[in-house]
Amino acid sequence: MTTKHEMELIDSAARAQQVMEEELAGEKMVINMGPQHPSTHGVLRVVLELDGEEIVNAWPDVGYLHRGDEKIAENMTYTQFIPYTDRLDYLAPLANNVTYAYAVEKLLGMDVPPRCKYIRVICAELARISSHLLGLGSFGMDVGAMTVFLYTFREREKIYDMAECISGARFTTSYTRIGGLAHDMPPEFVPMLRKFLKEFPATIDEVDKLLTRNRIFCERARGIGMLTKADAIDLGVTGPCLRGSGVDWDIRKAHPYSSYEDFEFEVPLGSVGDSYDRYLVRMEEMRQSVRILQQAIDNLPDGPVNSPDAKILLPDKEAVLTKMEELIHHFINVTEGINAPPGEVYFSAENPKGELGFYIVSKGGGTPHRLKIRSPSFVNLQALPIMAKGHMMSDMVTILASLDFVMGECDR
Amino acid sequence: MTMQVERPKLTIWERTYLPQILHGLWLTLKHIPQRKFTRQYPEEKPPLHGAYRGAPTLVKDPEGRVKCVSCQLCEFVCPPKAIRITPRARPEDVPDANVEKEPEDFVIDMLRCIYCGYCEEVCPEEAIFLKQDFAIAGYTREELRFHKEKLLELGGVQPDSIWKWKFKGAPPLDAPGAPKREGAGRKG
Ligand code: SF4
Ligand code: SF4
Repeated sequence: MTTKHEMELIDSAARAQQVMEEELAGEKMVINMGPQHPSTHGVLRVVLELDGEEIVNAWPDVGYLHRGDEKIAENMTYTQFIPYTDRLDYLAPLANNVTYAYAVEKLLGMDVPPRCKYIRVICAELARISSHLLGLGSFGMDVGAMTVFLYTFREREKIYDMAECISGARFTTSYTRIGGLAHDMPPEFVPMLRKFLKEFPATIDEVDKLLTRNRIFCERARGIGMLTKADAIDLGVTGPCLRGSGVDWDIRKAHPYSSYEDFEFEVPLGSVGDSYDRYLVRMEEMRQSVRILQQAIDNLPDGPVNSPDAKILLPDKEAVLTKMEELIHHFINVTEGINAPPGEVYFSAENPKGELGFYIVSKGGGTPHRLKIRSPSFVNLQALPIMAKGHMMSDMVTILASLDFVMGECDR
Repeated sequence: MTMQVERPKLTIWERTYLPQILHGLWLTLKHIPQRKFTRQYPEEKPPLHGAYRGAPTLVKDPEGRVKCVSCQLCEFVCPPKAIRITPRARPEDVPDANVEKEPEDFVIDMLRCIYCGYCEEVCPEEAIFLKQDFAIAGYTREELRFHKEKLLELGGVQPDSIWKWKFKGAPPLDAPGAPKREGAGRKG
């Protein structure tokens, strides 16, 4: 009979136990970093094997924030799952909404109107900026530069005001719907965004001036947490961490979705693959996002935001209130969900943290048979042992910050 | 298109720490006279943007009828299952007794509600609306399970766009004196 205790010993805890026994004889020391350590950005536990101050081994132990989102998805309609996607990467909920909507739309084999695509691009890029702002701010704070954190949070607040304006909530946006959006963007959103785009580059420059040429920051970040090109590819690392190692892979360019092919932007690449490169890549990505947003707002197409199919989107409220057929559609749509064809699809998008993918297996009907979330943070975290080996204990903080993961998505 | 990010080489002057310290001080000084970005929260309320989604409430029509007909669509769609409805027939003595059902009780557990707005979106009677109320507090769990009376009190009166009970002679929604509709920015 397997007792509960034995079950727990599998995996990193077992290895930690093993090392702990070795510890008694030798010089090694095993300590826990997290799950309540401030620099682990959530509830990540890292078991560190130390030789003095030097890290010999590091094992990330995930799962403290597991909520069973994938299983929950199997028990509800595709639309009902949208609020749960807010809670994956909770630093970029708008981007998750967009990716999920495209994944289900791919399953349904449908397209959305151009205006919807542009608004989704705006959402995704705003989410990218806000996620990078938090990433950089806490990176700065973790290595001792508190000021940066305050300035980036001020800008982030403006983005959350905009998210509130467009979707009705700051974090739990649930803005997209399958086949469109919850509603068109309100008229006051565009001036807000324009104002932000005008003011924001000044803040990037401020952060740039405070950190990029700062000797303390440079010495804490340069050469720390090296990830070679080959290792990054082998481990499936994506996003700024991959590009920091110099691999040219951005899904927005490689497999354009949501009309990204219309936009002009560059993909910043690092050269060495250390924490400093990842920092630089994120800084540049924010500048590029501003460029994309500017183009999106200037060329925003007119027209509807929702595809007209009443079998997928809820009909207009006015029609539901007055017409029988629409009312029936409305009830069927809500209670049975969208009738998806049987099949399997994988859709992935370039989220702030990397490639967020949804793998949906449908057996027909309104609920997915299986929904797998490929979360970038989870995969990126695999690189932690390689990056940490040989560094000082205090460099662990830098490495974790430069990986910029979020546990809500990692554990899902 | 790709670009290589530039890794700056620090000059000897920069390697002395001094310029960064001076620069940092200067930047902080520059921020001191600027307008404060923070606010004194409970005294100073933050402005809410757009169609903010706060606490869900039930509304009555201008003639005092409970608009909800207990179709239970909102109960079904609510992702965290925060709504519990007990339907019943309308009492015999009201004029439209056999026309619709009504809720005997309607409970929304504000501790479960995630303010997603789905209930408002699916309601075929425009009977449930999310108010712009974000600071909901109570001392006990029971206190935060809002029942029908409480929800109706919070919701107030909201005219619907079609005036279901009297087609002719209804004033337009934008008529002067017409009660303000909340959540009208949403598609609903
Ligand atoms: S807002 Fe969402 S969670 Fe709250 S009662 Fe309505 S459907 Fe349920
Ligand atoms: S509030 Fe609306 S959706 Fe919910 S039961 Fe009443 S009529 Fe139906």
